[in-house]
Amino acid sequence: MNPLDLKDPVFNEPWEAQAFAMVVKLHERGCFSWSEWAEFLGAEIKTSEVPYYEHWLAALEKIVEAKSIMSHNERLNRVEAWDRAAHATPHGRPIELSRS
Amino acid sequence: MPHDGHGHDDHSELSPIALRVKALESLLIEKGYVDPAALDVLIDTYETKIGPRNGAKVVAKAWTDPAYAKWLKEDATAAIESLGFTGRQGEHMVALFNTPETHNMVVCTLCSCYPWPMLGLPPVWYKSPPYRSRAVIDPRGVLAEFGVALSEKTKISVWDSTAEIRYLVIPMRPANTENLGEEELAGLVNRDSMIGTRLAGKAA
Repeated sequence: MNPLDLKDPVFNEPWEAQAFAMVVKLHERGCFSWSEWAEFLGAEIKTSEVPYYEHWLAALEKIVEAKSIMSHNERLNRVEAWDRAAHATPHGRPIELSRS
Repeated sequence: MPHDGHGHDDHSELSPIALRVKALESLLIEKGYVDPAALDVLIDTYETKIGPRNGAKVVAKAWTDPAYAKWLKEDATAAIESLGFTGRQGEHMVALFNTPETHNMVVCTLCSCYPWPMLGLPPVWYKSPPYRSRAVIDPRGVLAEFGVALSEKTKISVWDSTAEIRYLVIPMRPANTENLGEEELAGLVNRDSMIGTRLAGKAA
């Protein structure tokens, strides 16, 4: 706990901002209530000690499955596809799924 | 940012966490749940436009305008909305007025519920397990760490935010500020004073 973190950036890395924004947008669309989200996030926070936005991301992965927005396998296949795409992309070029 | 990290060979590499985020994002976009441009606008808003200055304006107005303070006490959501601060995580607001008898302090023991439209996104310490547990068990000790020493006579009330109710602490107006206008007063309201872990009166 550092009381003097007034100049902390809002997000430390771009992925944190993306994960944050996806949750807000899905809630805005009515995919889940904020109480439901708080339960998913709270459950993650209770079970492990990782940085905050990693909890946030893990909770997001679970709530999109619980709400049948995407399946577990669909998501894991997509993670692999992005990994293959990254490896097939020459250094410094934008990574695109079509490269996988 | 085209990619994260560096591949050892001549190809790119994404960190495991960046892969997970990209997987979610690309699927949500394909399925029509999110619009990438809207995500960017939202992120920019939270990075640059929403922050504790909003809450400070509410506090300064409450200090200078008794009718507004009364409204804030009775219906904080409406009183805050009248200044143009509305939106997510600010739908059901309660204002907690600090007095010489009672000091209010806010925590979210479950996760990190926080009044975004008034204060922006929560600071790292607010989300940390030590604050979330100790604010309830030992509020006076936590306050001491923030450099706040209250009189033994001052009672400390700790409020646990929920997904439905968000609290905004109205700190006490610093002494000798009778001649200051609303704008100058707002400058004395720091973020932590509106969570209740600091007093108003110092710029930081």
